Amino acid sequence: MATAVLKAIGPIALGGRELPLWVTSVIVLLAPALLAALVFTQAFADGKDLSVGAETVGVVAGGLVAWRSGSIVACVVVAAVLTAALRAL
Amino acid sequence: MRTESARRAFRQGLREGAPFAVAGFVLAVSFGVIAREAGLSALATIVMSLIMFAGAAQFTAIAIIGGGGTVGAAIGASALMNSRFLPMGAALGPSLPGGALKRAAQGQAVVDASWALAGRGDGTFDRWLLFGASAAQYLTWQLGTIAGALGGDLLGDPAELGLDAIYPAFFLGLLLAEARTLRAAGVALLGAGIALALVPFAPAGVPILVASLAALVGLTRSAQTAVAEAQAREQEREREHLLERERQERERAAR
Repeated sequence: MATAVLKAIGPIALGGRELPLWVTSVIVLLAPALLAALVFTQAFADGKDLSVGAETVGVVAGGLVAWRSGSIVACVVVAAVLTAALRAL
Repeated sequence: MRTESARRAFRQGLREGAPFAVAGFVLAVSFGVIAREAGLSALATIVMSLIMFAGAAQFTAIAIIGGGGTVGAAIGASALMNSRFLPMGAALGPSLPGGALKRAAQGQAVVDASWALAGRGDGTFDRWLLFGASAAQYLTWQLGTIAGALGGDLLGDPAELGLDAIYPAFFLGLLLAEARTLRAAGVALLGAGIALALVPFAPAGVPILVASLAALVGLTRSAQTAVAEAQAREQEREREHLLERERQERERAAR
């Protein structure tokens, strides 16, 4: 599948050589940019519409938990539980 | 060639990857349930996780299929979603030994959490740590998918259980682990802003891809200086480590 190819191209193309400094500098910032984009589009949008709902609150709460406790498991569980609780109201 | 330090790094990877593996299990269960809801067979769902091993892409594909989109659109969108693995793989490349095929195989082990954990801040990666972290996550990812795909009927409505909040929460947790510096946090907000601005206009996956342009902040002098300093610190640490080992061996030989 396309996924396997994409994961393979990077190491093949550049293996063995040292990356120039600016490339590393950009790559180091790629994860924050992409992860944030993923998170915010999922939490604040549904398909093509921008929307705020129970899921948004759950995700934000999960984020706070992750921030304070550093536990990704707690983050995920809190997000799910809170979202479910808000929907049940 | 498996050396002692490789084994140690692998075990450390397993340890550090464990929380992500547990969270990944929950995430995979929600994927299994949601995929079945969208109409996939249990077998298709499980195979998808086996082959792709990429949460963001899998959820994106399901969202498109569930919304009535074509398989082609689903594949395209998930490929876009996975395109972040291209630069991640490129960054990893110099840290992987071997010929093209071997490096391609090792590249398969990249998932966001493992890549973040294995990065040393100077541009190099501890590949055995990566393998360990990914091994743990791969295992729980498959187990979770199977559980969700087969046992989903027992759980009921995923929305009721808040399962759809798990995926963004997981990535938010990853983001918080990644965005430790002010610069990274700023870039994160920029990326999020770009993506959100594009959502009403662009097809699925494109906003995410364009958001990666926010990483170009890395071209600024201050960003490059920070990376250079991190690399220098890492080299210094490795030199000290080597000196320490040599000292210990000399002591051992003298006895």
